[in-house]
Amino acid sequence: MAELAAVIASTHHPFYYRAKTSTGADRPPFADEWVAKQEAFAETLNRAEPDVLVMVGSDHFHQLWLDNMPQFLIGKAPFFDANWYNEEREFGLPKMTLRGEEDLAAHLLRDGLDRDFDLAFSNELRIDHSITCPIIALRPEGDLPIVPVYTNIFAPPLPQPKRFVQLGKALREMVESWESDKRVAIIGTGHLSLELGGPRQFGEHGPDPEFDRKAVEWIASGDIEGCLAEVSLESLHHPGNATHGFMDFMLMMGVAGEGQKAAHVDTLDLFHTMEAYFTWYPNGAPA
Amino acid sequence: MSKYLLDKFLYTVDRDPDLVERYREDPVGTVEWWEAEMANTILNVVSAEKTTWLSFTEEERTALREHDHVTLFQMGAHPFLTLTLFIAMFERDHGPLEYQRAYGAAMQHVTMPYPDIST
Repeated sequence: MAELAAVIASTHHPFYYRAKTSTGADRPPFADEWVAKQEAFAETLNRAEPDVLVMVGSDHFHQLWLDNMPQFLIGKAPFFDANWYNEEREFGLPKMTLRGEEDLAAHLLRDGLDRDFDLAFSNELRIDHSITCPIIALRPEGDLPIVPVYTNIFAPPLPQPKRFVQLGKALREMVESWESDKRVAIIGTGHLSLELGGPRQFGEHGPDPEFDRKAVEWIASGDIEGCLAEVSLESLHHPGNATHGFMDFMLMMGVAGEGQKAAHVDTLDLFHTMEAYFTWYPNGAPA
Repeated sequence: MSKYLLDKFLYTVDRDPDLVERYREDPVGTVEWWEAEMANTILNVVSAEKTTWLSFTEEERTALREHDHVTLFQMGAHPFLTLTLFIAMFERDHGPLEYQRAYGAAMQHVTMPYPDIST
């Protein structure tokens, strides 16, 4: 069976690529610290020596649209082109093409359906920055095949937070039941408190530092129960109007497991939103 | 009121570089053209298979014609779509993050709970 080599949960910040590659007067004062933290985070993935990456993210109204909106979707294709004109325009993100791992995608679809997750699928999926940001940050070579898993944190009505946790738990079991000798890392990105297009956007910090502090503690300590007790679809409106992206972190807590402390925890307080990075090694830290 | 149609306008304009410029330069003409030609086009379907029932209210038309992102927010248009498109149109006229901050400042009178964005 396949081995789950690492579980990684992270914020995804579309401005990272530009901050990392900028020079001289264009380079923001926080860039060096940000790059150092991201490179230390990337090393936690490299140490796990993965062969395949399952990438959990959320389409931002690029290919998935309100006339045909899936809640959870698996990408099953030999290749995934990536990044869209409006991401190049606003964030300077490059066009990319990543290989797909169709055998694992087929397994996740079959096994997921049999576990009562009515997963949608796509055989021609152009992925966006929710998946390419962690590739750029964690595996800039873009050399590993991926299976994209898209969740709807964006277009209500949304699934309940507990459903994200349940899918995360199932995703782990499904990866570990894949008949393969490959080493798989599951990487998922979401947000802490975040406001987009509302009065609290682009402040000196994220819109709700107290939520961020609690959220980092829930994730770092694997406190799924405590998190589910406080977080609801309704409550997530309060820390900021785009905070439902936190449910992708809850999915990743499901992957890591109740009570599982992260081996690597790091944060960076940026303007607009806080960055947070977590790595677990389900089978023990690599040497 | 159709939050869906507002979102469809913002979505289809935002993803098309020519339409972004056209909406920036001629909002009244672009909204009129879009409602006549695009509002009832089903995306990813051949053009002959039209929808028959989608149109803006006068309030929605006015908010779009006036580039009024505050009213669009209060109508429940998806804030991500509005923000992304408006940054594309107007960030270029301002210093770093100046437009994004002014955009938020223009909504300081908006209180919780925010308008429902469900479609």
